[in-house]
Amino acid sequence: MIRVENLKKAFGPKLAVNEVSFSVERGEVLGFLGPNGAGKSTTMRMITGFIPPTSGKITVGEHDMLLNPLPAKRLIGYLPENAPGYADMTVQAFLSFAAELRGLRGDARKKAVSRAVDLCSLENVLYQHIDTLSKGYKHRTCLAQALIHDPDILIMDEPTDGLDPNQKHEVRNLIKRMGATKAIIFSTHILEEVEAACSRVIIIDRGRIVANGTPEELKARAANAGAVCVRVKGVSSAALAEELRRVAGAGKSEVLRDDGGDVEIRVYPESAWTNGALTANIASLAAQKKWQLEQLHTEEGRLDEVFRSITLPDTVKAG
Amino acid sequence: MNAWTNIKAIVKRELGAYFSSPIAYVFLVIFLLLAGFFTFTVGSFFERGEASLVSFFTWHPWLYLFLVPAIGMRLWSEERRLGTMELLLTMPITTWQAIVGKFLASWLFLALALALTFPVVITVNILGDPDNGVIVTGYVGSLLLAGSYLAVSCMTSAMTRNQVISFIVAVLILLFLILAGFTPVTDLLSRFASPRVVEVVAAFSVMTHFEGFQRGVLDARDFVFFASVMGFALFTTGVIIRSHRAG
Ligand SMILES: Nc1ncnc2c1ncn2[C@@H]1O[C@H](COP(=O)(O)OP(=O)(O)O)[C@@H](O)[C@H]1O
Ligand SMILES: [Mg+2]
Repeated sequence: MIRVENLKKAFGPKLAVNEVSFSVERGEVLGFLGPNGAGKSTTMRMITGFIPPTSGKITVGEHDMLLNPLPAKRLIGYLPENAPGYADMTVQAFLSFAAELRGLRGDARKKAVSRAVDLCSLENVLYQHIDTLSKGYKHRTCLAQALIHDPDILIMDEPTDGLDPNQKHEVRNLIKRMGATKAIIFSTHILEEVEAACSRVIIIDRGRIVANGTPEELKARAANAGAVCVRVKGVSSAALAEELRRVAGAGKSEVLRDDGGDVEIRVYPESAWTNGALTANIASLAAQKKWQLEQLHTEEGRLDEVFRSITLPDTVKAG
Repeated sequence: MNAWTNIKAIVKRELGAYFSSPIAYVFLVIFLLLAGFFTFTVGSFFERGEASLVSFFTWHPWLYLFLVPAIGMRLWSEERRLGTMELLLTMPITTWQAIVGKFLASWLFLALALALTFPVVITVNILGDPDNGVIVTGYVGSLLLAGSYLAVSCMTSAMTRNQVISFIVAVLILLFLILAGFTPVTDLLSRFASPRVVEVVAAFSVMTHFEGFQRGVLDARDFVFFASVMGFALFTTGVIIRSHRAG
């Protein structure tokens, strides 16, 4: 539904977005992950037609956003960063206005407003002015505006920013639910959010895409993904390490704990992830040797490690 | 047809924004008080002993100098300050529909303010036997004058998120448009410039083109002038907004 090709945006000499290409289909929820200033908002602003790219192509549905913006914009619902709204309007008037600009009239408009109000639980603040709303309600009002025409494409810039944990949870569920029938892009810098709601993740850093895959694929890129942790009582660390070294598929290992007879060792797989074979081999060795096994698990890799390792500036990584 | 419904939606919202705060009512009261003050005190309406509204209309270029930028300054500055511009311009509408909608709403509001001066028309009709045709052309000219000032204010408000700066820049531009044809200034200018130059400079002034309307003369050139000022200022508004978005 959305295709972005070689998108570039320069602000003066500064390249905010550099050669970004990706696509999102219906049924996908794409998480846009990246440190502050990475170019997430700039990319979204170009996709929604707010700012023109310096070069590159954006296709929304069948329409080119640059050549034919109106039909392209009709397909999109957009929640900008910081959820702006007209301070002097009531929630009801604001949503009505949004519906009107979306071409909804009469009954259809009333229905659309009440549907969006339901979806975002705004019943209690319907006649309140937007500048008197709490941050959570303000966010949800802007989200309701984005959903008012039940768009095929939903683009949200930090949709859970500034919400309390319950509200975050609600918004994530809403995203997941809607993800089944829409194409969704949302940006965040909260990693659990990506794991909780996305079918695919793009990590963007200093304007470039540095990773693109499912959350599982990305986690597998963590340094210790696939490593096996073994905790055994009543052995010496040297003896245990020696035994583990001889297990099929085992590579390097490191001692995590050595508390006089309480030893924990992490064994890295010899080559690429051996898919649990290493764990199974170690388990059978433990059974055979009758170790007093305290713990045995395969590490999944953590998204934050992946994120840090690919988005930290090179100088920091080296140091 | 779609364009018109979009413009209407924006006009409705903007008018709602004026009337949802007390500022609209404060503005109307100040406008009427000042209009009355200029007409009856400064313009010596009664002392003239004529049945006309010359003393009423003649002050409008000055009256609007501060009041119209006060109405226009928020049009785009506010959108930028609140960030709602990003919402508005990612809606399926064109930039010019948004510009025209906002402009029309404020112009309608100014037209309402002007319409509320009707007691002065009644007064002059009770006291004497004025030429009501001249009064009508006076109102038409005044409305065009207000529209031109408003378009300039609209343009300056697109330049900045700060309403105060937008106001000041608008007043400065408008002051120039007044002074270029203000008699004391043209008199001064004619002392060291050829009459031709003075005439050209004065042709850029709202004073020159508002004059005919006050005397009941409808000249196509005056219409063209006001229409061009509005067209140019609104077009420039579009250019400014586009260049801001381009970064
Ligand atoms: N209008 C603008 N003018 C100049 N620089 C900008 C503008 N908008 C964004 N930038 C710069 O582009 C970079 C990317 O910003 P942004 O897309 O907002 O990042 P993110 O949303 O990922 O935090 C930042 O360095 C920011 O300073
Ligand atoms: Mg951002």
